[in-house]
Amino acid sequence: MGKISLRQVTKTFGDVEVIPALDLDIEDGEFVVFVGPSGCGKSTLLRLIAGLEDVTGGHIEIDGRPATDVPPAKRGLAMVFQSYALYPHMSVRKNISFPLKMAKMDPAEQERRVNAAARTLNLTDYLDRRPGQLSGGQRQRVAIGRAIVREPSAFLFDEPLSNLDAALRVNMRLEISELHQSLKTTMIYVTHDQVEAMTMADKIVVLRAGRIEQVGSPLELYRAPRNLFVAGFIGSPKMNVISGEKAAEHGAHTIGIRPEHLLLAQDGAWSGRVGVAEHLGSDTFLHVHVEGLDPLTVRVQGEAGVSHGDAVRLSPMPEHLHRFDENGLAVR
Amino acid sequence: MLSPAVLLLLGWMIVPLSMTIYFSFLSYNLLMPGMEQFVGFANYEFFLTDPAFFEALANTLLLVGGVLVITIVGGTALALLLDQPMWGQGIVRILVIAPFFVMPTVSALVWKNMFMNPVNGLFAHLAKGVGLEPFDFLSHAPLFSIILIVAWQWLPFATLILLTALQSLDQEQLEASEMDGAKFGSRFVHIVLPHMSRAITVVILIQTIFLLSVFAEILVTTNGGPGYASTNITYLVYAQSLLQFDVGGGSAGGIVAVILANIVAIFLMRMIGKNLEA
Repeated sequence: MGKISLRQVTKTFGDVEVIPALDLDIEDGEFVVFVGPSGCGKSTLLRLIAGLEDVTGGHIEIDGRPATDVPPAKRGLAMVFQSYALYPHMSVRKNISFPLKMAKMDPAEQERRVNAAARTLNLTDYLDRRPGQLSGGQRQRVAIGRAIVREPSAFLFDEPLSNLDAALRVNMRLEISELHQSLKTTMIYVTHDQVEAMTMADKIVVLRAGRIEQVGSPLELYRAPRNLFVAGFIGSPKMNVISGEKAAEHGAHTIGIRPEHLLLAQDGAWSGRVGVAEHLGSDTFLHVHVEGLDPLTVRVQGEAGVSHGDAVRLSPMPEHLHRFDENGLAVR
Repeated sequence: MLSPAVLLLLGWMIVPLSMTIYFSFLSYNLLMPGMEQFVGFANYEFFLTDPAFFEALANTLLLVGGVLVITIVGGTALALLLDQPMWGQGIVRILVIAPFFVMPTVSALVWKNMFMNPVNGLFAHLAKGVGLEPFDFLSHAPLFSIILIVAWQWLPFATLILLTALQSLDQEQLEASEMDGAKFGSRFVHIVLPHMSRAITVVILIQTIFLLSVFAEILVTTNGGPGYASTNITYLVYAQSLLQFDVGGGSAGGIVAVILANIVAIFLMRMIGKNLEA
């Protein structure tokens, strides 16, 4: 069980409205990612759900029961913090069993659950170490272990991977996805990294200034962004945004075209000059300067046979062209 | 290699220490100048077999222990209170450390004459106000009174150190423990207190060093009396050398005090020193 509903939830700090009235439904077993730029209120939203912050207005329901005034410990949620928030003076075993000890669980059952969690997370050899003797990835797993043993109705992750190096981040991303597949528990995950959002989520919630810009599956957001903000935020490299004359030709105030949907073609509509070319091996990102436009990014599969200064012609794939009106909303 | 700073410090310490050791083997009385002569360990024997020595030793330990208990418990409580957000936080914090700036003699005199005096003192007024007999603190509970005075002076120090320790506690740890279902009491015992243990160790070590040599408070309030009821080792050394003019005996007492202080320090390091390791 892990169905969470927010109804007209608002949050203000003093005079500052961080979250204007907001509705959101999270289904049981879903992996939901809150994504948005720094300061968009995604962490605050997570803390409201956790109960670490009090809502200013509105209601929160967990499994159909009102949870707005329920203290954090009683909500049946477990949270993994950005700094891991491990207890430095306790061994890994004690860290993981702390919530069980607080719940006054039978010691034999505590032992059983800690060992099960340690096996799941490959921590069995480290149970008697202190957090200070562990690497970043291991600490991360201890923090997850402390959440798992409680068998919560939902997990809350607050930017859990931001303190890890890039290679480890990819690993932990897979491990968390794997964990979700095996536990089938609701997970809410906050990140500012759209790659994490795209790769892990069942459902992405894009936030800006406390407002929900769009909710949908990763591919829905990729294929049909509702506005320019979502279009620019989802997808890497960023979507090229063009306004003015060239957009008017396509009957829109602004058009957007993703780098992978721009083709190098002899008879392309737009002509330009190649600037920097970034070679990744599998792909090449070309920065093409077209007269009267910001530089466009073009993604070419494999190695492109062009170099700095070459003249090229570009042709956008018409079926992948996104049209936006003057308010930045998508035109369908 | 000995740097100039080490040499200077060494000289600073070695000269008075070796002079004290030298005097402690002499029969050296201020009333008989020019009659100094070597007497071996006679001064030590005299000092260590003096019944006053054992009373002073017990008083010293009680004084140190009592003040430590009051300042650590009170300091932790005050630090917890001061850590709460409140109006006028800055001013309140300055007021809290104010007692530390008052000279020991002055604060002891204030306590003696304005609080504990059985005729004019505030406590006597309060007692009379509720119809009780005023209590003469300094003659009926001299050691306890001195413990109170010294604890009052050291409470701000403990509070300040413990407050900074409290403020360095990671808030996410507290939130994590809150989500883990820990109530205020268990959060304090399992998260806050272990975090503060290092700061508490520092407070105990530093205060012990200073509290072993409390002197001014005793001199201006009870003069070590009645009898030897509030005499500690430091005061006994003073009484020996400057009230009885026996510099040799006083020096022997001083050396004994140094050795005792080292024994206390070794015990302390054994017991709580491991807290200082990372």
